[in-house]
Order: sequence, then C-alpha cells, then structure tokens
Amino acid sequence: MNRSSPHRVLPGFGLSLGYALVYLSLLVLIPLGGLIARSMSLSWADFWHIATSDRALAAYRITFGCSLLAALINAVFGLIVAWVLVRYDFFGKRFIDAAVDLPFALPTAVAGITLTTLYANTGWIGSWLEGALGFKVAFTPAGIVVALIFIGIPFVVRTVQPVIEDIESEVEEAAATLGATRLQTFVRVLFPALFPALLTGFTLAFSRAVGEYGSVVFIAGNMPMVSEITPLLIIGKLEQYDVAGATVLAVVMLVISFVLLLAINTLQWWAANRHIANRDEAAEPLVGEAA
Amino acid sequence: MSSSVHARVSGESLAVRYTLTALALAFMFLFLGLPLLAVFAEAFRQGLGPYWTALVEPDTRHAIMLTVLIAVVVLPFNIFFGLAAAWAVARFEFRGKSLLLTFIDLPFAVSPVVAGLLFILIFGRNGWLGPWLQAHDIKIIFAMPGMIIATLFITLPYIARELIPLMQSQGKDEEEAAVSLGATGLQMLWRVTLPNIKWGLLYGVILANARAMGEFGAVSVVSGHIRGETNTLPLHVEILYNEYNSVGAFAAASVLALLALVTLVAKTVVEWRMNKETAMLDAALPMESTSA
Repeated sequence: MNRSSPHRVLPGFGLSLGYALVYLSLLVLIPLGGLIARSMSLSWADFWHIATSDRALAAYRITFGCSLLAALINAVFGLIVAWVLVRYDFFGKRFIDAAVDLPFALPTAVAGITLTTLYANTGWIGSWLEGALGFKVAFTPAGIVVALIFIGIPFVVRTVQPVIEDIESEVEEAAATLGATRLQTFVRVLFPALFPALLTGFTLAFSRAVGEYGSVVFIAGNMPMVSEITPLLIIGKLEQYDVAGATVLAVVMLVISFVLLLAINTLQWWAANRHIANRDEAAEPLVGEAA
Repeated sequence: MSSSVHARVSGESLAVRYTLTALALAFMFLFLGLPLLAVFAEAFRQGLGPYWTALVEPDTRHAIMLTVLIAVVVLPFNIFFGLAAAWAVARFEFRGKSLLLTFIDLPFAVSPVVAGLLFILIFGRNGWLGPWLQAHDIKIIFAMPGMIIATLFITLPYIARELIPLMQSQGKDEEEAAVSLGATGLQMLWRVTLPNIKWGLLYGVILANARAMGEFGAVSVVSGHIRGETNTLPLHVEILYNEYNSVGAFAAASVLALLALVTLVAKTVVEWRMNKETAMLDAALPMESTSA
C-alpha cells in the first residue's frame, strides 16, 4: 500500500491480502459468526438445558472417550511406525511409507463401509473375533475406536517422522559411550526430544477424531446413549427440524475444536522452539556445525 | 536417513529391531492393507459382470459426474485463494498475520457436520437468506450450489497451507530481482513465482482434490440426498450400502479407492520431485552465499 517504504518492493500486497481476507470472511468467518449469533438468540438457560441434556452428555462421553483411546493407540503405534520407517531398512519400506497417507486419500464413507464389513460378525476380522473371543466390534463403541484409529494414523506418523530424522546421531552415541543402555538412551535422551512432536501428533489425531463423521456412522450402530457420537446427534436434530438444538451442539463442538486448535498451535510453537534450542546447544561445541 | 551406511554404535539389538518392524507392519496391514483389499474383494464378490453392471447404472454414473464437476468448480477457487494468501503472508509483514494463519486452519478443526450446518443456517429455509432466496426461486441448500459451498469450506486450507511454508523458505530475492529489472507484477508471477512453486502447488491441488471428491459429512448435510440429482459418489455409496446393495456400494467405493491410490502415487511422485529440487537448490546455495 505504502510505496515509499523501502521494504515493499514487491507488488500486490493490498490485492492479495484483500482477496484472501474477503474470501476467508465470506466462506469461514461470517458463517461461523452466524452460528454463534444464532445460538445467542436462545436464552442461557435454554442453551444450557440443550447442551447438557442426558443424550448430549452421553454423546460427548462417547465422542471424547473413543477419540482419546484411538489417539492414544495411534500415538503408540504411530511412534513405532515412524521409528521403523526412519531407522530400519526392509523390503517395501518406501511402499509402506507412501501407504501411511491412505486415510487422508481414502474417502471416509469408503473407510466406513469397509471397516464395518471387516468387523461385522460375517467379516474377515469380525467373524474371528466373535467366534474365538466373543468380542463384538462392529455396532459397538469398540467399532468407533477402530474407525478413529484408521483416520488418525497419518497424523502421529507424519509429525514424529521428521523429528526422528533430525536427531543427531552424536547425541545417542554420546549416551552410549557414557555407558547408557539402549533403553536408558531411549527413555532419557530420545523420548524427551520426540515428546513435543508426539504430543502434537496425538492432539491432531484427537482433534480430527472428535469431529469425524463419515467413517464412524456406518460402524457405530448409532444407538442413542450407547454409541451415538456428537456429530450424528447434530444431524439427527437437523432431520427433526430442530435447528436450535443442532446449533447449540455445534457451538459446543466449535468451542472444543477451537481450544484444541489453540493447543496444537502452542504445542507446535513449543516443539519448534525446543528443536531450535536443542540444535543450538548441540551445535555450539562442534566448531564446524555452526555454519 | 541412510542408517545402513553409517553403522550405528548405538543401534537396537536385532531382536528389538525385528519386533518393532513386525509390530509396525502388522499394525499397517491390519488397519490400512486389509481395508483396502476388502474394498475390492467385496466389489468383485459376484464377479466382473455384476461389478460392471453396478458401475454403469445411471445413478452411479450421475454421481461420478457430479463428484468430478464439484471438484472442477472448487479447485480454481482454492488455487486463487492459496496463491493470494501465500503471497500476502510469505512476502509481506503485517499485523495479525498469525491470526490470519489460525483462521486459514479453522476448516481443518471444524467438524464436517458443523461445516454443513453453517450453510443451512445461512441459506436454509429458515436461514438468514432463506426467505429472500425462496422469493427469487434460487435453490442453494439441497442443490448443487450448497454442495459446492460446503466443499469450498472444507478444502480451503489445503493449497494455502502447502504454499505458505514453501514460499517462506524460498525467500523473495528472485521476485525482487525481477521487479527491479522492470518486470510487471504479472510477468513476475508467471515467470518467477509460479515456476518456483509449481510442485508445491500441484501437491496442494492433489490433496485438495482428494478431499473435494471424497468429502462426506459436510456435503451430506447440505445435499438432501436426492438420487440421481444431488448425490455425489460418497453419498451414493452410503445409499447403496443402506439398501443392502453390497456389490453396488463397493463397486462405487472401489472407484473412490482407486482415486485414493492414484492420489497417493501422484503425491509420492511430486514429493520426490520437490526433494530433488530442494537438494539441487541446497547444492547450489553455498556458491551463492559466498557472493552475497
């Protein structure tokens, strides 16, 4: 805008920022504002009554419980997958590496019907689980967890993988030279370095799981109070033309996603700072590394 | 990266290596490999004939067309927004930049169902613009415009989030040089900026396209599920599945699974090209920095 500024040689600041802001406002900010405005047309007592009805509370419990469990399982196995992909060589490694992103690429409805078919009592996995162990997965909360594990896989792997790649082998070698066992090195040296990224990946997977709909509705069974997730409850209210009820639940979910988004940004900032701090500390004694 | 080249003093024992690798592969097979196999196994359960019949059924064909059409309409909007946002964020300093970045991320954080609801509240029968739209006989909700808008919302971050870090890491020297040598804004964009970011842009387009074609929740809320009219392929999969038409549902699903596989291959190829170019750039950098 201000052409006399010496830093602004490049053209198009006003145009690009203006376009981006208008587009973002029309598509995201105004609609979100509208949702919040609509929920405010209710009295606080009404809002609270809908937001904390038994059925809504049960839906939150199921949504957050299943999301938490799935994200935890993803954190454990995602760390193992990332570690194996970075550190070990084996046949088909590049293929496996590319396959990690399948849940990003496969439409959720496809994942939903496929997992349901696999885990139903006639499916490849379900028939075995029910026959041998008497454990029902499809049409129970366990099925929700399975679907949420599927969609969460890439988040942990893809946030942890670059951090493992960047760990200086000197650090591990120093620990080993000083007499640490491999397990001690992992627990005391490697894991603390990986932890911020692992936590970020966990939160990303959790945040995605909380809002997930497509892959869950098929396998969940959708019994009110037992296996009904919050997004489905919103759709149920819409189908009964209860727009106010849907709006209240949507605002509750929106606030939670906003908190999660803030947490993710803070975590990423923390991880980045720690990463830089660690690198600088590590680089200082080594003369050649400084450049 | 090349752990085999430098034998690690501090590597795990062979037993631990094998156990971890086996665990990782078992997890990947159970949660990714098996579902992918199952899509095709179910689709071809009754052989090639029924599969083909299910695919060329008019409603399925219409759903494929609609899915492609929505993606074709949505992607140019995303490209323009991505370019504009990345240009502003990566090339200029201004207040509220991190807030803008958070806003760009919002559609990632909002549940697809909530995204659909947002547009019902605006364009629906009892929405803000509902009465006006009805008076003028314009249909947005339960029609294609609503589905396009919902898809625009869902896919908004993809290209911008790809371009912003890329353009930040590339710096603005080349563009400043072009402008000071007398290039117009458009010439600079066409000859310098776009060639520099083409792989990143393509990467973003691939991801945004996969999401646009595969979106279910948001589109489901605004579509109204009118067969042969407002059913995209993912919605059609749901309808067929709920009618216990397993072969039909999985035949349609197999098309989407194929799209996912193509997406993964294209993504891997583009990643490979991008890495090659950064490697070339890194190799060229030391010479440049000595003169700077």
